[in-house]
Amino acid sequence: MKFAIEYNTINSIQGPLVIVENVRHAAYNEIVRVNMQNGNSVLGQVLESSAGKAVVQVFGSTEGLNIKDTSVSFLGETMRVGVSEDMLGRVLDGKGKPKDGLSEIIPEEKRDVNGEPINPMARAMPGDFIQTGISSIDGLFTLVRGQKLPIFSGAGLNHNELAAQITRQAKVKGTEEEFAVVFAGIGILQEDARFFMRDFERSGALKRTVAFINFASDPSVERIMTPRLALTTAEFLAFEKHMHVLVILTDMTMYAEALREVSSAREEVPGRRGYPGYMYTDFSSIYERAGIVEGKKGSITQLPILTMPADDLTHPIPDLTGYITEGQMFLDRELANKGVYPPINPSPRGSKSLSRLMNYGIGAGKTREDHRGVTDQLIGAYAKALEARNLSAIVGSEALSAADKRSLKFGEEFEKRFLNQGFTENRDIETTLNIGWDLLSMFDKEELTRIKSAYIEKYYKR
Amino acid sequence: MGYVSKIAGPLVVAGDMHGSSMYDVVRVGKNRLIGEIIQLKAETATIQVYEDTSGIKPGDPVESTGRPLYVELGPGLLTSVYDGVQRPLNVLKAKSGTFIERGVEAPSIDRNKRWNFIANKELKNGTHVSEGTILGYVQEMPLIKHYIMVPAGMGGVLVAIDEGEHRVADTIARVKTKNGEVELTMLQKRVVRAPSPYKEKLDGSEPLITGMRLIDTLFPLVKGGVAAIPGPFGSGKTVTLHSIAKYANSNIIVYIGCGERGNEMSEVLTEFPELKDPLNGRPLMERTVLVANTSNMPVAARDASIYTGMTIAEYFRDMGYDVALMADSTSRWAEAMREISARLEEMPGEEGYPPYLSKRLAEFYERAGRVTTLGGRTGSVSAIGAVSPSGGDISEPVSQGTLRVVKVYWALDPLLASASQYPAINWLLSYSRYKGVLDPWYASNVSAEFTAARNETMRILQHDAELKDIVQLVGEDALPDSEKMVLDIGRVIKEDFLRQSAYDPADAYASMKKQYLMLDTILDFYKKTASALEAGARMDSLMSMKARARIARMKEVDEKNIEKEASEIKRSISEEVDALVKKEGTI
Repeated sequence: MKFAIEYNTINSIQGPLVIVENVRHAAYNEIVRVNMQNGNSVLGQVLESSAGKAVVQVFGSTEGLNIKDTSVSFLGETMRVGVSEDMLGRVLDGKGKPKDGLSEIIPEEKRDVNGEPINPMARAMPGDFIQTGISSIDGLFTLVRGQKLPIFSGAGLNHNELAAQITRQAKVKGTEEEFAVVFAGIGILQEDARFFMRDFERSGALKRTVAFINFASDPSVERIMTPRLALTTAEFLAFEKHMHVLVILTDMTMYAEALREVSSAREEVPGRRGYPGYMYTDFSSIYERAGIVEGKKGSITQLPILTMPADDLTHPIPDLTGYITEGQMFLDRELANKGVYPPINPSPRGSKSLSRLMNYGIGAGKTREDHRGVTDQLIGAYAKALEARNLSAIVGSEALSAADKRSLKFGEEFEKRFLNQGFTENRDIETTLNIGWDLLSMFDKEELTRIKSAYIEKYYKR
Repeated sequence: MGYVSKIAGPLVVAGDMHGSSMYDVVRVGKNRLIGEIIQLKAETATIQVYEDTSGIKPGDPVESTGRPLYVELGPGLLTSVYDGVQRPLNVLKAKSGTFIERGVEAPSIDRNKRWNFIANKELKNGTHVSEGTILGYVQEMPLIKHYIMVPAGMGGVLVAIDEGEHRVADTIARVKTKNGEVELTMLQKRVVRAPSPYKEKLDGSEPLITGMRLIDTLFPLVKGGVAAIPGPFGSGKTVTLHSIAKYANSNIIVYIGCGERGNEMSEVLTEFPELKDPLNGRPLMERTVLVANTSNMPVAARDASIYTGMTIAEYFRDMGYDVALMADSTSRWAEAMREISARLEEMPGEEGYPPYLSKRLAEFYERAGRVTTLGGRTGSVSAIGAVSPSGGDISEPVSQGTLRVVKVYWALDPLLASASQYPAINWLLSYSRYKGVLDPWYASNVSAEFTAARNETMRILQHDAELKDIVQLVGEDALPDSEKMVLDIGRVIKEDFLRQSAYDPADAYASMKKQYLMLDTILDFYKKTASALEAGARMDSLMSMKARARIARMKEVDEKNIEKEASEIKRSISEEVDALVKKEGTI
């Protein structure tokens, strides 16, 4: 580390921002330490630097800072995090300090937390099927290694359970290779954090997990750093240590709130709903840090979770996320109320669960030859079932045609047997597809127009 | 040499910049990051930097190159993949590995590769050459000649021309101009923010055929035309643009990935070299130039990527080629403008976008068009912009600014997408203002009946939508048979004609002939069944005619057999209908 220059010239403190005067040559994004009179200190970062003046964003509470006695040391480097393979099994706070009472991490390497953009030419196309053991994901919205596939949830829905189950069960078919997990808890409640840690511990996932946890009660500006620490660690594990890394970011809504808070403290021109105009660019600097690159064995798969304010898909947070990520899984309140777990909705009107990379990860040799057809047929049949359900609400089930009645029955069975499964139930892809065929066999062969006839001959049951 | 006085994100303010001009390219800091002057006040310049500015300090040096942002043009462009400021991404990968390091430099065009330059046989020493005159060509790709032109603003008497193996920066000709003798190379430089000059703009006359039935038949684009395709995520913008890039009957494709996903670019890079041009069987990559400035690459370079792509497109246009340019997505470009504008503390317009947003959008689309080039050839640039309106609501400024200038609007509809009706372009909201211009072309190249068939189809779809409203209230059973038939034919048009799979090789591309024959067969089916109904045939018998299934499978029939298939289906329709009328008819 270069030696630090200390300044005692704070001019003002506004929210998380500290303005320091008479500074010589503060570098943009340089890291500073803000020292309080009582010996405590917090880290910060230069947001704007001009001759003689630096605007510093403090990662932590500005409580206890004052203009007279507080000093600011400029550390001469940009924000870096020490990374090491030994971080696996550890729980750290949102700034990367141990939270589990164990010793400090001895870094193998220090890396810039903002990373560098992956050269698009260096990317390899993702295409390895990840079996999550959850029928609705594996069957309908298949996840592949290197993908970023968020869960769009709502307040009070069980996205945490879903994320924990995916973490526990995810593996690439045909290999017993398990994922290393990088978990970033962004503004989460202690209760939620305990839930995750307990589940990781019980399943043994904890020893291959690095957790960065920023509690809801921690300073919100720290939340801006938490996902970046997590992804920098993930890049190290994936591209230096050849691991397949699954990154869970929860809750991106809290991240966006923190971004808004800092932006408003900086008196920036607000964009939609007060979120900063650069939120898309900022989100992409997080989400785009997923993928596979040529010549490296590891990969980064991202599973961000966000809660849609008022279940509103057009809110800027889900909206901008959806434009960057490769699909999305919607959790549905109606299904959840019916007791269906996980409540991933395959056919909401207007908004659609989708995996953009699915076609690269399924089919003969990857899952099974009939996968695409079965998926299309199931989704189509379920859409019809929902239509029949609407109709029956208007005209009564007695007045339905025989075909509509069968559709209705399919809908019920599909929810009960395909979508719904246990929190610890791990179904392999064959089981998932076979359940699909069980259900599709309620229809006549001729009605299965989306499946090639050869596969109907082979798999149709009756 | 100036020095940095302030840094805030991608903006750097520099002092002591006397003699600099607006839009001059500068090098900032010890890493020599690339930037561009976007504001001048006395000797203070505000610079947008195309790379991450972390670590730059007040006092760091700033050096002006004294010229505005330009691109290099010459043999080697095709199949290249560039970032927003035309750095070749494959060379950067060789230099800095997986990640793009800051300050890394590479020439846009390979300086060492040798090309066989064939001189224009019409030229002799002493011939007068002027701007745009073709000096000769290089066979850059098996089917694409890269013409070497006299740069704009130059002319004189040809003194020497040197055929044979040359590198791009070698002298291939000498011209005596008013200001003395000038050496010409195969390499040109053009500034990106100004339109390349041409002699005259022309009206479009030929369609840009994409192979997508919904577009070519109902909402066609003309070569040299401008189109926009707005839609929320998941509605199929990128799939549609990729499909056009694959199959459009242009000579050259320029695809700008502006602030989009990294994996989408690798998808293009995986697919295009393998896919063959349906017209000539060559790999699609051979006619393609990609500009890829993904969402996590620096935001100022994203702004530049649009201009870089357009300037490359204009260069090929000047050779006399038809170029199709796709920008995915112009909304991300607008957001880059907004971000820079906010940092400049400019007074914001609607939704925080700068007040000059709509002007910039209009300027961009105005650079498209069919022209007579300086050299007297005819070339065109067709521009297709994707728009990503937030929340899918097109009342926002980027969509509105775009729709004011484009002549074709393909309205993506998330409801169609969720019903798997792809391409999810809403036929009631979309429009094309080129239909009239193109009607003579259709009449002489496809069929004299084409326009009538298209208008009939639109009429049916409109009627179908009106009936759908009634059905929602009273149910389909309450309609008379003649109207049920309209709903039925509407379904056939939507499912068997408009719906098209971009992933099914047999269906992804349909020639104009195939499109017309399909439509003609469907309309023939409607006409005959409707008159049979009047003659007393029963609705359910008409609905269960065998010909229906064959109509549904027409999209899978290949181009060679489509004519035979269409006439057989038509005959089978006549026979079945006649038999039904004989059996059930009352007249």
